[in-house]
Amino acid sequence: MSDIVEKTLTALPGLFLQNQQAGGPAATKASFSSKLGGLVRGITALTSKHEEEKLIQQELNSLKATVSAPTTTLKMMKECMVRLIYCEMLGYDASFGYIHAIKLAQQGNLLEKRVGYLAVSLFLHENHELLLLLVNTVVKDLQSTNLVEVCMALTIVSQIFPREMIPAVLPLIEDKLQHSKEIIRRKAVLALYKFHLIAPNQVQHIHIKFRKALCDRDVGVMAASLHIYLRMIKENSSGYKDLTGSFVTILKQVVGGKLPVDFNYHSVPAPWLQIQLLRILGLLGKDDQRTSELMYDVLDESLRRAELNHNVTYAILFECVHTVYSIYPKSELLEKAAKCIGKFVLSPKINLKYLGLKALTYVIQQDPTLALQHQMTIIECLDHPDPIIKRETLELLYRITNAQNVTVIVQKMLEYLHQSKEEYIIVNLVGKIAELAEKYAPDNAWFIQTMNAVFSVGGDVMHPDIPNNFLRLLAEGFDDETEDQQLRLYAVQSYLTLLDMENAFYPQRFLQVMSWVLGEYSYLLEKETPEDVITRLYKLLMNDSISSETKAWLFAAVTKLTPQAHSSNLVERLIQEFTISLDTCMRQHAFELKYLHENVELMKSLLPIDKSCEEMMVDASLSFLDGFVAEGLSQGAAPYKPHHQRQEEKLSQEKVLNFEPYGLSFSSSGFTGRQSPAGISLGSDVSGNSAETGLKETNSLKLEGIKKLWGKEGYLPKKESKIGDEMETPPVPQENVTVENVDQVVTKRDQSQILTQSKEEKEKQLLASSLFVGLGSEGTINLLGKADTVSHKFRRKSKGKEAKSEETTSAQSVTCSSFSSLSKVACEEDDYLNTLQEREEKELEKFSLSSQLLDSESLTELPLVEKLPDCSQPAPSLFADNNMEIFHPPPSTAASVAKGISLASLLEETTEYMHSNLMDVCNNEAVSVSSYKIWKDDCLLMVWSVASKSGLELKSANLEIFPAENFKITEQLGCCFPVMEAESTKNFQYSIQLEKPFTEGNISGFISYQMMDTHSVQLEFSVNLSLLDFIRPLKISTEDFGKLWLSFANDVKQNIKTSESQAALPSALKMLQQKLRLHVIDIIGNEGLLACQLLPSIPCLLHCRVQTDVLALWFRSSCSALPDYLSYQCQKVMEGS
Amino acid sequence: MIQAILVFNNHGKPRLVRFYQRFPEEIQQQIVRETFHLVLKRDDNICNFLEGGSLIGGSDYKLIYRHYATLYFVFCVDSSESELGILDLIQVFVETLDKCFENVCELDLIFHMDKVHYILQEVVMGGMVLETNMNEIVAQIEAQNRLEKSEGGLSAAPARAVSAVKNINLPEIPRNINLGDLNIKVPNLSQFV
Repeated sequence: MSDIVEKTLTALPGLFLQNQQAGGPAATKASFSSKLGGLVRGITALTSKHEEEKLIQQELNSLKATVSAPTTTLKMMKECMVRLIYCEMLGYDASFGYIHAIKLAQQGNLLEKRVGYLAVSLFLHENHELLLLLVNTVVKDLQSTNLVEVCMALTIVSQIFPREMIPAVLPLIEDKLQHSKEIIRRKAVLALYKFHLIAPNQVQHIHIKFRKALCDRDVGVMAASLHIYLRMIKENSSGYKDLTGSFVTILKQVVGGKLPVDFNYHSVPAPWLQIQLLRILGLLGKDDQRTSELMYDVLDESLRRAELNHNVTYAILFECVHTVYSIYPKSELLEKAAKCIGKFVLSPKINLKYLGLKALTYVIQQDPTLALQHQMTIIECLDHPDPIIKRETLELLYRITNAQNVTVIVQKMLEYLHQSKEEYIIVNLVGKIAELAEKYAPDNAWFIQTMNAVFSVGGDVMHPDIPNNFLRLLAEGFDDETEDQQLRLYAVQSYLTLLDMENAFYPQRFLQVMSWVLGEYSYLLEKETPEDVITRLYKLLMNDSISSETKAWLFAAVTKLTPQAHSSNLVERLIQEFTISLDTCMRQHAFELKYLHENVELMKSLLPIDKSCEEMMVDASLSFLDGFVAEGLSQGAAPYKPHHQRQEEKLSQEKVLNFEPYGLSFSSSGFTGRQSPAGISLGSDVSGNSAETGLKETNSLKLEGIKKLWGKEGYLPKKESKIGDEMETPPVPQENVTVENVDQVVTKRDQSQILTQSKEEKEKQLLASSLFVGLGSEGTINLLGKADTVSHKFRRKSKGKEAKSEETTSAQSVTCSSFSSLSKVACEEDDYLNTLQEREEKELEKFSLSSQLLDSESLTELPLVEKLPDCSQPAPSLFADNNMEIFHPPPSTAASVAKGISLASLLEETTEYMHSNLMDVCNNEAVSVSSYKIWKDDCLLMVWSVASKSGLELKSANLEIFPAENFKITEQLGCCFPVMEAESTKNFQYSIQLEKPFTEGNISGFISYQMMDTHSVQLEFSVNLSLLDFIRPLKISTEDFGKLWLSFANDVKQNIKTSESQAALPSALKMLQQKLRLHVIDIIGNEGLLACQLLPSIPCLLHCRVQTDVLALWFRSSCSALPDYLSYQCQKVMEGS
Repeated sequence: MIQAILVFNNHGKPRLVRFYQRFPEEIQQQIVRETFHLVLKRDDNICNFLEGGSLIGGSDYKLIYRHYATLYFVFCVDSSESELGILDLIQVFVETLDKCFENVCELDLIFHMDKVHYILQEVVMGGMVLETNMNEIVAQIEAQNRLEKSEGGLSAAPARAVSAVKNINLPEIPRNINLGDLNIKVPNLSQFV
């Protein structure tokens, strides 16, 4: 009865509102549902923020009391939630209600549940701890027969869901993909997409189901799956080329109006769907002629159809244009697209104009003449009242800047810069101006003035690279030494005038730049003495508004100028004042200056004039202290232990769990145990090898005199006694050899670095010149002056460096070639033996079977043998025995030649490393490129073998790999062959190292070559890499495993059902060892321990246990993504077998 | 991906705040405030796109907004969304609101905050555009409403009562909401292009 009364009362809410104050207890209860109204009313009636705060605090307090009262019904709770949501929206903390929101979602009926879910999704975030309480509710609702409940659960899952709980709901959501209601299927697809975003590894196995969703009979579900494909294709387009046809067909149907009329929006068929599809096509067709050809028709159709004059058709047109310019170009389409851009740019509607400019900016790289066509509009847009349009125009101008128009464009940019106040815009623009100024500066004065403007406006917000680059440019100079000096002198003069200005305020960064330049280059001044400069610096040092960091710069400048100054009164005063400074850093500088000042000769040699670019010799290994250390040790001092070692010891003493990852230190300590003393000393040599010549002497000294106590990892206490023994008979010869080796290694590394650097440089210049070449070919243009092929005025890396790199490269090529020829002989000999061996086997085969059974592979290996005449001296007799002439190679196809050769060359590697199968990556009528991976211990070695198929020889064959985000790619062998004979094969090797863990990546590159008499041809390819390529066995002992296990925080457990055949643990482990390169450490009863590492050195441990037919895997690692990934891979391996 | 959907009135009072990427509470408020200031500065006759700046994810993110009578609808999106497409999506959202509330006005958004969220959930789910077909969205909402009626019976009354009260009280309602342009006119579409 009372229940009904209550219901009735709550049903009459607002009617009591007017006499709420007068109302009794019944009225208070009834007013629950309209409290929100009251609250809103109350808030809007207020005049100040302060009053609002007070009112809401009151409201929150009463809500707090209500929600925690046991008598509050769920229905009342529902109303409370809405009010809490309102308060949170206004920015007030309502965290006391979070748990009640979850409760409401758990316990309420449908409507209450809906409010509960909504509140949860608004209040909490993915990592909120309370969210775990929701998982069960979601699971329950996903299994519900009520569609609305399922919908709500799917919605909440796609809004917020804890990453680690995904496995709990994943199967349920997968089931929903087959649901009969399209709305459920659609939401399920989006929920899975969300999972893909937050934990890609966990949904890898359902990619096939996404394909099913793409083919769903309902358009909505298909459209939802496009979200996923857009994302995945953006990440890796090569994996989805096969779907191009489907996307084209879908788009054709949509454009052709085959969809139900329902999907029309202002009589345009499914515009959002079209936009999505066009984007996908753009990504797929990028740099891929074959794929692009598939879509030309439908793009043409889209361009033609989108004639209606409505907003949304322009959206489609814009995407179309974008796609046309993204894919492999077709002149007809480009023409039409260019016309469309014109329509956008000339449109009176601002939104369209904006997009037109954006499109122009995008296409300008391919077609600079388009900018010329619209130059008048562009100039108009420069003075547009809308700052957004203005900025887009500047972005466009930035792209077409060259040496002729740079002053105009930079001036426009500076104007805009002075007007804008938003930090983000300033940072962005300042970077661009600095870049342009550096690239195209017409003269010194302009350059310095522009940079002054940049520094004074950009000040302390700009990217630190800008001042750094500027200073480096000044210091390193460029081609002409006198010009360098002029530039420096001009900078010094302009800074002095700036500093002389009264009441001028400069940002700290600018002052730092000034002080450095003044400190280095004041000696160029003729009229003014160093004292004058010091006076100015002194004034700044005394200024309170200057930060202590800047003061340090200023002090350094003073220090540099002191040896040049004749009188030192001011310096002494400075020393006096700052040796009592409260700032310890300044005091330190002051004392340094003081002591240097006492010894002028030392000071002069320490602070030479204009030597900022020259490297100082520094003995980083501190070997000159070895004597001191030895003395200390002999007097009984405790040996030094590096920090991590001390920590380890402390931990092992205390028997406390170590929660910190061990990382590198662990593997290296394993190493030192086995190293010979010679190896140890080498370690220290390498570490301190910044100045080789200086060190070599100390090396030899060290060897004879002092004990080897210092290794790369620090002091080596364990080895002490042994080392002492060995000291009596110093292993001199061994030492020499190894030292040489190290030198070789070091120089090699240096050279490779220089090589890559200069290559980058080359690319940059190429890009710059190709961007603007032909831009002004019309010559009629006022704004966009004539095109010029002059590259950067100020080249960042000076000729000195280039010359150096040339020198080193030539030097390297000598050493390299000799080295490689040596190793080649060795390899080939190996190879040769292998082939022989194989041949013998084949021979046997041949005799036992019939002669025609000689398979193509062995045939194709013959040319290889013939190609190695130089190392076949011992062989002829053997060959003769085997009657080689009998199966002289018939003219086989080039592809199989390639295969044979690379297989043969594989053999040399296989003796040591595992490798993948040969894979065709690209080919055309003249060449075919195939690749394989060699999983070396320390890196992944990619080998591309290029085989020429035609009968003509190829000239200047060159293979280049684009730099990729996650990898460090280093070339192994020469990558350019001036001439490649007809039907031959060349191998290109690159070693790849991981810089950042990832799940799926790819690297791409191109091969370019010249056929006889024809133009050069370029062929692009790409190869997928998975994380698995970087997994290597980790060989550690069971004890180490135990220690490591406790130190890792990230763990993942997974149970896999195994078939009978795998039931035995050893066989399962063996499979993991083979397929995933895990190292089996130990097997104890029904448990197994495995370990692996992700290159360069992220360990991951695996603990397996077999229970009846379930294999329980338990991963731990210091890297959070690794266990997830490996568990998925293990699952795949076990299921796949 | 849509990063956030903000609706506020001409005075910067938030009416609907929905983030699809997690920001701490204070940052959310700051985003709302700064977005309001950015948008307020702009005339109605200049373009509807804005760069969000450093606040929301940097240059990859754009603010796309529309101004209807007393309300600003702002969508913050990344580069994977089409600007004009989103502009029309806002239109779809507003038209749907108009259909569901029969002549939608700012007050509807205040008093039926939860309902507006449910409608939005049918248009955008977890930052992805779920449905752009107005009839479909309205059908979903109506299905939910039917459920409300059938389940609630008596309990459905409060909502009706509230809307009754809302109308009764209109004259003395909030001072800073200008009654004159309370109604969001669903404009002739081409005018917004």
